[in-house]
Amino acid sequence: MNQQASVLFDAPGPRAQKVHLIITIIGWVLLIAAVAGVLWGLRDELTPAKLLPFADPMAWTGYLLPGLGATLAAAATSVVTAIILGVLLGCGRLSGIKIIRIVCGLFVEFFRAVPVLLMMVFSWYFFIFVLRVPSAWQSFAGVVVGLTFYNGSVIAELIRSGVHSLPKGQSEAGLAVGLTPSQVLTSIQLPQAITAMLPSLVSQLVVILKDTALGSLIVYSDVLKQATELSTWKGNLIATFIVVALIFIVVNYALTSFAQWLERRLRARGARPRPATAPPTAPGLPTV
Amino acid sequence: MGKFGQMMAQFDLLHAFWVTIQLSVLGALGALVIGTVVAIMRVSPVRSLQLFGAGYVNIIRNTPLTLLLFFCWFGLRISSGIQLGLPSDPTQVLSLRWAIIAVAVYHASFVAEAIRSGVNTVPQGQAEAARAIGLGFFDSLRHVVLPQAFRGAVAPLGNVLIALIKNTTVAATIGLYEAAYTMKGMIEFYPQLLYVTFALIALGFIILTLPTGIFFTSMSRKVAVQR
Amino acid sequence: MKIMRSLVAAGAAMVLTASLSACVSDEAADGGTAGGDGDSITIGIKFDQPGLGLREGSEYTGFDVEVAKYVAKELGYEGDKVVFKESVSAQRETLIESGQVKLIFATYSINDARKQKVSFGGPYFIAGQDLLVAADNTDITGPESLNGKKLCSVAGSTPAQNIKEKFAQQVDLQEYDTYSKCVQELSAGSVDAVTTDNVILAGFAAQPQYAGKLKVVGAPFTEERYGVGLKKGDTELCGKVNSAITKMIDSGDWQKAIDKTVGPSGFKVATATNPPKPDAGS
Repeated sequence: MNQQASVLFDAPGPRAQKVHLIITIIGWVLLIAAVAGVLWGLRDELTPAKLLPFADPMAWTGYLLPGLGATLAAAATSVVTAIILGVLLGCGRLSGIKIIRIVCGLFVEFFRAVPVLLMMVFSWYFFIFVLRVPSAWQSFAGVVVGLTFYNGSVIAELIRSGVHSLPKGQSEAGLAVGLTPSQVLTSIQLPQAITAMLPSLVSQLVVILKDTALGSLIVYSDVLKQATELSTWKGNLIATFIVVALIFIVVNYALTSFAQWLERRLRARGARPRPATAPPTAPGLPTV
Repeated sequence: MGKFGQMMAQFDLLHAFWVTIQLSVLGALGALVIGTVVAIMRVSPVRSLQLFGAGYVNIIRNTPLTLLLFFCWFGLRISSGIQLGLPSDPTQVLSLRWAIIAVAVYHASFVAEAIRSGVNTVPQGQAEAARAIGLGFFDSLRHVVLPQAFRGAVAPLGNVLIALIKNTTVAATIGLYEAAYTMKGMIEFYPQLLYVTFALIALGFIILTLPTGIFFTSMSRKVAVQR
Repeated sequence: MKIMRSLVAAGAAMVLTASLSACVSDEAADGGTAGGDGDSITIGIKFDQPGLGLREGSEYTGFDVEVAKYVAKELGYEGDKVVFKESVSAQRETLIESGQVKLIFATYSINDARKQKVSFGGPYFIAGQDLLVAADNTDITGPESLNGKKLCSVAGSTPAQNIKEKFAQQVDLQEYDTYSKCVQELSAGSVDAVTTDNVILAGFAAQPQYAGKLKVVGAPFTEERYGVGLKKGDTELCGKVNSAITKMIDSGDWQKAIDKTVGPSGFKVATATNPPKPDAGS
């Protein structure tokens, strides 16, 4: 990418550097002016009285941290269930039996088309009115089911495309040594497909974490709902939203960075046993 | 069936989906414009613009759309400098406008990434050739790189558009009478029609997203650059 | 003087018997120890309504909470034996039916649709739908003056529809999932009025951060009888709840609770209807 970008222009000369400097200064001035303008407009909402509650440990121990815990719990549960569902559906779409392929295909297409929020609201009411599960679990179940069905379908597609992207020789070789088609799928194709799809799987994680914020609409006690309660007590809605947004940005950024690190590590490790399939982009990485 | 008729009379489902469609189309246009600008910034020669582009993508992508929308609606709207119409305009008009802004700003980060991945599909030789015949940065982008990048980005852009259509449901949280908001009201007042309601709204979204997906898949095949 | 006292006593006794007899039900109570394991009692309240039921860290404040604590004490539960649980509007019936809470004090209006699923003790307060406006507002005097104004309420609730259908067709409705968003909008000047029960509005106006900025119009135009939700047909519990409420009213603790929780907003309870006679449950 950087190589790509750099061929679009020459190394800047003295005049271009001057122009860049001017653009940079104008850009910063505009940016600072915009931020200052917004802050000035919000001066009544960001008064010390409305910001100080966040210096109180109670705001964190009583609201934000439990909320963040609930958010992470729902996200983690959904990740596990979505991966299980996704692998099952993905295998179903690759099945030799036509009816299974069709049913799984319809399932995946349906849940990819239905908004997560809709699915959450529906399953929440389903748990309240039809299944009548304990109230502590109604919202949690609603959030997890909504996230699982959607993300499971996305993961199923990832797995399918991952298997399709493998060289044909892989499955042919498996069949030649006497494995059944399902053995070929589970012991040869799936492990490779999942490794290849790992980056996409991980970015799906961030999607799941962000989407748990929708749970506050079905009164799941996630960080957003806890924060709304806090702001009801303190009367500082906007300041609270800003703090919650910062929390999300930090957590998601950390998650993304961790995922990238994990991906590099897995790639480096995976390169040793299977040098033939090691991605060509990482030749310089040590195979320790 | 009487209950069903009563429900359909009470809730204007067609209008709800019309709001969803308006929000989707205008939000998508906005996202395309902002996203292209951000993508250009990220490949531009000016370091500060690259940083700004990267910062935009990283911050916006990691913020839930719900929060972005809240910030726009509860924050920017009362912030004195920015007005999208008169304060006396009907709330539904104002909330639609602000929802369009939030949807556009949020999805612009994904559009920028899609275009960047499209730029990555353009072989380096193309850019080199453009430079060799004396085109400057903007000319080589405009005539050589971007046309091919957009073609390569059609499939990921299609995915962004489908996600955008579904994400418009978040506008329910600021009380915009769109599809998800209407569904919540329907279930609350007619819980006995839970399945019918869900099926109806889901069908509406399938009608909106499925053809979009098919169109973009065939489009991406049609315009794909043969290499 | 003596006659007076005996009259009061007789009156109280009559109220007591009336409240007990008000809980008759043709359905047998199944008398389980729902919502409590005999040792503690679980009570459903709102967590996000200042002045009525508000969570402040690990504490709970508000009028609903005060009444709930009093009733729980009369039932033999005190201090940490009382467990509060959030009960949002959509979940109240299932919470009781499934036995996850024993009692609900959550701005729970008594009506016939709800009576098919749960029984009610009380009422312990008679509220009425009213309007909350900025303190310096003079042109909004009642629901009829809302034409062309922006009115905020909670989605899926009847109050807003009520106004639109009965009083002001031209009102511009804004709906959210919580009242706190409405009040935020009102204090920022984005909406002209917020509507729901007067005591809920008073609770918000009584919050220190809104002190002097908001006022309740004070012309209630509906009658909402706040009841204590409990398991359908549990007449025994209903009777105990009603006598506890009666005792709270007679002892003056009811008035003290009102003054302490929603009083700071300048809100005056309608003395024609309050304190009410707990005669629901029949």
